[in-house]
Amino acid sequence: MESLGSQIIYWIIAAVIVVCSVLTVTTRKILRAATYLLFVLFATAAIYFKLDYEFLGTVQIAVYAGGIVVLFVFAILLTTRPGDNSQLLESRKRTIGALGALCAAGLTGWALFSRCADLFTSLPAMSNPTMQTIGQAMLGSGYEQYLLPFEAISVLLLACIIGGVVVARKR
Amino acid sequence: MDITILCYLIPALVMFCCGVYGFMTRRNMIAMLISLELMLNAVDLNFVLFNRYLYPGSNEGWFFTLFGIAIAAAETALAIAIIVNLFHASKNIDVRDVAHMKH
Repeated sequence: MESLGSQIIYWIIAAVIVVCSVLTVTTRKILRAATYLLFVLFATAAIYFKLDYEFLGTVQIAVYAGGIVVLFVFAILLTTRPGDNSQLLESRKRTIGALGALCAAGLTGWALFSRCADLFTSLPAMSNPTMQTIGQAMLGSGYEQYLLPFEAISVLLLACIIGGVVVARKR
Repeated sequence: MDITILCYLIPALVMFCCGVYGFMTRRNMIAMLISLELMLNAVDLNFVLFNRYLYPGSNEGWFFTLFGIAIAAAETALAIAIIVNLFHASKNIDVRDVAHMKH
């Protein structure tokens, strides 16, 4: 049984996620879509904080909200005139898209409710992962330690930096 | 009311399906990228939830999300570089017009 405050926060987070996700894909102004995406990302970070993963929530805010959304906003300002609406969708395209999304939602929702119902207990107790645990998990090579993916990500980021410079430079 | 894992999986499912809808209907490349971010975010959320509820105290799920966020950032930066470059070449970032670039 969760406390009343925890429940209220849960309902706020869930409402923000549902409403802002729908608005992100239905609004016709693309800058507004990016803003609604920002709210969804903040709500996700709030879930991470609520589940005791403080480090992950901070990374989510710093990288997603601070990095990716700013990139989106700059790209939108560079490529569209302010005040432009996107064109109205053809109704066939919209029907296909809605059908695909609803089929995915229906199938997954059915699987969730009918197959996994006995898994759902209340939140188990857990001590927050300390900074020491996180650092050792990232830079160790033993059991449950992730040096190799960490190095792979570094190489990926390097490749991405070089690729970005090569693609975006003036000729 | 007990907040079970299902209570979090439903918003994640809605987020993912909105991403699918946006990816199939939008024609602006940046809007498609935004829908893609929605889907990635929903999947990240699922990793964390299953880690927290089914294996509390273990690290696998949320470290996967940590690396997923890094990959998403790299992918977005590169995609936006390509889109801006495309805009300089053709003054348009509509996916229907990108096929002309080949000729």
